[in-house]
Parts: sequence; C-alpha cells; structure tokens
Amino acid sequence: MDVFDILGPVMLGPSSSHTAGAVRIGKYAAMLLKNPAVKADIYFSGSFAKTYKRHGTDKAIIGGILNMDTDDIRIRESLDIAVSKALDFNFYKTDIDGAHPNTVLIELTDKYENKISVQGASVGGGNIIITKIGDTEIGIDGKSTTIIVHHMDIPGMISDVTNILARRGVNIGKFELKRNNKGGIAVMIIEIDGEISESVNDEITKFPNVISSTVLNAI
Amino acid sequence: MKYNSIAEIVEEAENCGKKISEIVLEEQSKALEVSENEIFERMKNSLEVMKASVEEGIKSNKRSISGLTGGSAAKMKNYVDSGLSICGNVFGEALVKALAISETNACMGKIVAAPTAGSCGILPAAVLTVMEEKNIDTDTIVKSLFTASAFGIVIAKNASISGAEGGCQAECGSASAMAAAALTEICGGSAKMCAHACAISLKNILGLVCDPVAGLVEIPCIKRNAMGVSNAFVGAELALAGIESAIPVDEVIMAMKKIGNSMPSSLKETAEGGLAATPTAKELTKKVFG
Repeated sequence: MDVFDILGPVMLGPSSSHTAGAVRIGKYAAMLLKNPAVKADIYFSGSFAKTYKRHGTDKAIIGGILNMDTDDIRIRESLDIAVSKALDFNFYKTDIDGAHPNTVLIELTDKYENKISVQGASVGGGNIIITKIGDTEIGIDGKSTTIIVHHMDIPGMISDVTNILARRGVNIGKFELKRNNKGGIAVMIIEIDGEISESVNDEITKFPNVISSTVLNAI
Repeated sequence: MKYNSIAEIVEEAENCGKKISEIVLEEQSKALEVSENEIFERMKNSLEVMKASVEEGIKSNKRSISGLTGGSAAKMKNYVDSGLSICGNVFGEALVKALAISETNACMGKIVAAPTAGSCGILPAAVLTVMEEKNIDTDTIVKSLFTASAFGIVIAKNASISGAEGGCQAECGSASAMAAAALTEICGGSAKMCAHACAISLKNILGLVCDPVAGLVEIPCIKRNAMGVSNAFVGAELALAGIESAIPVDEVIMAMKKIGNSMPSSLKETAEGGLAATPTAKELTKKVFG
C-alpha cells in the first residue's frame, strides 16, 4: 500500500466501493475482451444488487467498460454514451454464493462473437479483487501487470514460459499454477513488475502446448 | 510503505531530525521508483482536486442523485459570511468545506478519496482551512498530506479504513486522525505531537457505527464529515498545546480494530441498524427505492 492508495483514487462520488472500484472492474473486463464490446450483461450480487442504482454503480461499470478512468466526469452520462456507441447493456440482480458483498459478474461480447466473463469484488477505497476470469478462480488486485497462460498440463511448461520472461529481464512478483485434472488444461497466473510488450505474449503463444496467453496491464 | 507502526515513523523522523512528511516522501520515492518531485506533483494535483470539490459543493447547491441531501454547504457559507458564527471564521470555514466536499461526493462529483469517499471531506477541509486562514504556503500543505497518508496506511494495515469492516470509526475516524496529524505538522508540531494528535482524534471517535440511511453515503455521512473535521481540530489543538495521549496511538488503532470486530454487522454499512433503522429512515428509504 502506498500514499496514493490511501489518499486516492481521484474519483467521482459517492462511494469508493460503489463507483471507483466498479469502474476498475469494468475496465478490467474490457481489457480482457480486447475489441470493443457490443453487448454487456452485468450481474450485481450482494450489496451491489441492493443499491447499485442510487450509488451510480451501473454508470460506473459501463464507464469502465467504455475505458473511462475513475475520475472521468463522463461517467455520469455513461449509459447514454453506451447507447450512442451501440453497446447493448443489461443489468441483473443475482446472489453469487459465498461472494464478497460488493461483487459483480460481467459478461462481454464483441462484434466477432468473442465472449469473456470476469467476476470481481470491490473491497474498499476503490481497491478491487478480480476473483474469476471465465471458469478460472483467481485473486488479482489489478495493480501489477498479469499474464494468464492456459496450457496443456505437461512437463516443462513453466520453464518454457518463465525462460522467456527471464531473457527479457522481467521480474516475477507472484506465480500461481492451477489445473483441474492431471494431463488436462492448466493455467499459469503470473504477476510481474513493470510492463511488458505484446511481443512477449506472442512468443509465449507460439509454444505448441500453449492454448492462449493474455497480458492484462495494471489499472 | 515499509512502516508498520506510527511509533516506527516517529522514531525515524526523530533520528533523522526531519519532519514526518519528509521521511515519507523519501521512502515513497524509493518504493514507487519515481522521483520525489514527481510524487510531490501528483499529490499537489490531488490538492487541486480537493479545492475544486469545495468550490463545486458551495456553488452548485444541487440535490444528490437520491434527492435526499444537498444545499447544506451553501447555507453554512452564508451563515459564516454573516459573521454570526459562534466559533468564528476558522472553524466555520472548516465546516463549510467538509460539507461542500461531501455534498459534491453525493452528487457524483469529482473528489479524492481520503481515505474513502464517504469520509472525503475531513482531511481536505482541515488543511485547506488552515492554508487560507493562516496563509500557509502550498508546499507545506502538500507535504502534510504525506504525513496524513502515512498514518492512514498504518491504520489500514493494523485496523481498517472501511465502514463495512470497522464502522464509521474506521472511515471518519481514520480521516479525522489523519487530518489531526496533518494539522499538527502544518502548525509546527513535532513528530511526537503528530502522533498524539492522531491518537486523541481517533480516541474521541471510537465506537462510532456506520448506519447510512438507505445504504447511501448521505445521511448521516455528510454531517459526520463536519464532525470529523471538528474532531481533527480538537486533536491538533490539544497536541500542539503539549497535551499527550495517555494511550499510545498504535494501541488506540488496535483498540479501534477490536471494537470494529465486535460491532454487529447491522451497524457496519448494511443499513440494518442505528439511524438507518429509525422510522424516518425507513420512510426515506421507501421514497428513494419505491
């Protein structure tokens, strides 16, 4: 935690959890989709479901999906802006079992029918935890660049990927490996210091046993 | 930030013969790998946003999104300008600013979370008021925000700054304690005095619950920001007079955490207890949510 975590973010009111955090979760989802979204299905859970309208959480999420920052005054009109950009959005109230009280699940679709889903919690002071991407349960705060690599569960994958990072002088801050079953599909979640170029991602994707690799910048 | 207690911060400042803000600025420059100048400018920008949020709050006089609140800052400003204020200009202006920023926040205006949006009026109101009323230069004010932040980080690390976790004592309490430390440094208090100011202000607010009507950051939050800035002045004035807190600040923070843990969830932002459960609050909630 640094001084700007405690004195910040600069944001639109009225609640760091309900607006600033929500903007950031929306932004994260948009980043994962890569192309602009044409459809957004937003599921509010817990306290979010109860008060999202009066806190402007709906406007905040859509603002984030439209890549606005937490202090962008256009957030107030984000729903109208979304309509003008032909983004079709729907809000739903739900109850995600065991989730943090301020949780939202965002499903986005681009014009090529690519779909992503991101579940995140707004945990106070504008800080967030992304708890799920697709079916993969994770726990990242969006403060570091994160690489998510889906790959076959075979020997040598970790060294293949981390060697590329080592060669580029990239320092790994946190590393997590997950798999559902032996020999199936596994996921590496790698948080690094600083930023990396898209070409590193291309290099990782070239390995025959890598299914996909995504770089998510810090937000 | 590497410090885990306020005692550590005070000790280092004393050992180096520096102000708390100076050692925090140095430490953060190293931790964030950017120059002190860059960090300072970023904080200065936050101060500008704080100033603008006061202006907007006094001028706009508009109602919040829910329609429940609005217009208090403008009323307070008229009253202070009339010269009838019991406590005079310094205190009156602090109340105006705290109300103005909180009302800007309730209208989806631009603010700096300090440390949260719900408590965003307290610290800016405190420092901007002494800046204007005592003709303090901008650099001193910006620096004091580093002192406030460092204390805030220790509170967040060892207790909480979230109403949902620790009640209002964790939000407005932390803001008030941070502001007390900032005021003390601005007015020439020692590092130790800053710690005492922080302790006194936090002690005064221990046990305060978070009971927002309809779950919105408006009633009683806006007026609690006015209370928060007054409490910051209490802490700073007492500390600057040389009065010490019998309980060391780090122990006060631990007490705040324990009190927060033993509060029932109905009194922690859920709008199920306290003021939120009064007949009038229930009526207002119906009006807002239908």
